[in-house]
Amino acid sequence: MKKIGAIILSTVLTAVLAAGCGSNNTESSGNSANGGNSAGDTIKIGADLELTGGQASFGDSASKGAKLAVQQINDAGGVLGKKLELVVADNASKSEEATQAAQKLITDDKVVTIIGASTSTNTLGIVPVVTEKQIPLVAVGATNPKVTVDERTSKVNEWVFRAAFIDPFQGQVMANFATNSLKAKTAVIYTDTSSDYSKGLQKFFEETFKKNGGQILSQESYQQKDSDFKAVLTRIKASNPDVIYLPGYYEEVGKILKQAREMGITVPFLGGDGWDSPQLAEIAGAAALDNTFMSNHYSPEDTAPEVTSFVDAYKAANGGAVPDGMAALGYDAVKLVADAISRAGAADAAKIKDALAATKDLQLATGKITLNETHDPVKAAVVLKFVGGKQTFETKVNP
Amino acid sequence: MAMEYFIQQLINGISVGSIYALIALGYTMVYGIIKLINFAHGDVFMVGSFIGLFSARYLASAGLPPVLVLIISLIFSMTVSALLGITIERLAYKPIRKSTRIAALITAIGVSFLLEYTGVLVLGPQAQGFPDIMVKKQYQLFGTSIQVDSNQVMILITTIILMIILQYIVRYTKTGKAMRAVSFDMEAARLMGINVDRTISATFAIGSALAAAAGVIFGMTYNSVDPLMGVMPGLKAFVAAVLGGIGSIPGALVGGLLLGTVETEISSMGYSSWRDGVAFAVLILILIFKPSGLFGKNVREKV
Repeated sequence: MKKIGAIILSTVLTAVLAAGCGSNNTESSGNSANGGNSAGDTIKIGADLELTGGQASFGDSASKGAKLAVQQINDAGGVLGKKLELVVADNASKSEEATQAAQKLITDDKVVTIIGASTSTNTLGIVPVVTEKQIPLVAVGATNPKVTVDERTSKVNEWVFRAAFIDPFQGQVMANFATNSLKAKTAVIYTDTSSDYSKGLQKFFEETFKKNGGQILSQESYQQKDSDFKAVLTRIKASNPDVIYLPGYYEEVGKILKQAREMGITVPFLGGDGWDSPQLAEIAGAAALDNTFMSNHYSPEDTAPEVTSFVDAYKAANGGAVPDGMAALGYDAVKLVADAISRAGAADAAKIKDALAATKDLQLATGKITLNETHDPVKAAVVLKFVGGKQTFETKVNP
Repeated sequence: MAMEYFIQQLINGISVGSIYALIALGYTMVYGIIKLINFAHGDVFMVGSFIGLFSARYLASAGLPPVLVLIISLIFSMTVSALLGITIERLAYKPIRKSTRIAALITAIGVSFLLEYTGVLVLGPQAQGFPDIMVKKQYQLFGTSIQVDSNQVMILITTIILMIILQYIVRYTKTGKAMRAVSFDMEAARLMGINVDRTISATFAIGSALAAAAGVIFGMTYNSVDPLMGVMPGLKAFVAAVLGGIGSIPGALVGGLLLGTVETEISSMGYSSWRDGVAFAVLILILIFKPSGLFGKNVREKV
């Protein structure tokens, strides 16, 4: 029985693979037949995404979101009187394959702009290609600051933009949420010192919270794979803060919340999108998650009209599936590009780049976006509250 | 207040240290007998924890009372891990018992990786939640603000009971006497008619069973188990064993408790990022002044 199952599975997989290759071939062959199609009746946008490999779920969501945006734009008459065409290339969740996929999109498919990838590491594989070939890139899910700003020279990467807000921004959002919504005056920050992500969030939370007139009672730290947090939690309990900021990943966060609640620490805990995993509730238990809040890019439960219309359209196009954050970002990336092309007045790479840099107050699914001088979006983040172990929409915080 | 805070942190430290001590015992016993640092020991701890997790899930869903679930999964996990320990010894260490010390050490590291990544392959790299076998209760001590939870009490009691059983086995049973004899001089023991192979197997079985007990307790206390969970506690327990004097059973207990309390007190003073640094500095200091560890005997190498 098992063998038959395996044979069927492998046949299906082969068929799917063949189909994938086939469609790829037709796309590129159609292009070479028409020759210089970008000057014709369609504008080609490339998508360099994780269709296979470890982060395939990110790439899958992002491409579904992007396709929805293209369809909506074309149904409304396209951009500059031309239809958009999305050419999707698989980067297999690997940085070096992302580089190759970007080269293929630019050289073979002659796209005017690329969107992708959905992680910082894979996006960093694309950055040198678009810089050399002078094609604008709008990263979908990359949140690391060094995607848009070169680490060594501290110069902004001229051709690189992104749809997601950067890591440190979440720290700022949660500090404002703590001051304004929770009326917190004192806070303790408990950071994962083995993660750059956590340290970035910590730095910006601290700055903003102090600027708001709050007081940081102490800075504590742990490392990934630690399991006993009682010593530090006893110390935190003694200092009795209004809130505790915990910008880590779900595994340690789960253990910390569990131990803290057992010890009778009842104050709110705040965190970032590193908490976003079903495992958090499994490790911490639903009860320990009461009175905790996390920041994230978007929430499908948001009642703002732009979010509900996106969620409804996505559900209709994808058999009722609820769009996750990456789907919303893929959708937004395409809309950012379409807006830039229409303002540029021509499907010309250099003009699109300048128009992207000037993006201002553009209403998208994840909020109203303005790109700042480092090409990073300034937009609202959502704060989610845990109720019975489940994320529920709490509020939207503007930068 | 200050005193209460200190005592509270001491209690936290003792419960961390008890787990180190239970794992350290396995290192120390194996080292005492065949002079092998069994690096796979931390991973036997991991396997024990997972077996505890699965049996606890199964038993709890079968509707058994919590105390029974705990005792049965503890004993089941200890038995399976003891068998695993014997298997590892027979397959990996016995064939190279006559070769160099370094070959055995490398083999131990190999077995450690084998267990870790088989775990990743079979169970997946994600952490899994450990079911709440017993509902934790908080107790206030003598009307002060000092808290002890039922789990901390259970850890300490389990550790002490296992330690007493271990002392009894080593001091008064035939196997224990054989273990001490083999540890003293393997060749002479063989000549006296002691079955050396069986004695070594027994040592691995006892050490692995203790690691499994620590694994189940660890899972219950921290509610999360994953295939690489044995790496850090294994390393810390090794440090505890060396600190107490490797080869000495009371040394493992004292070393574990000392390491746990030092770590906790460092964190409690607000230097949480210095925790490991200071703990290892203590180790270095003790080894400078007492190279054989706190309870270690100065044994001259036989030439």
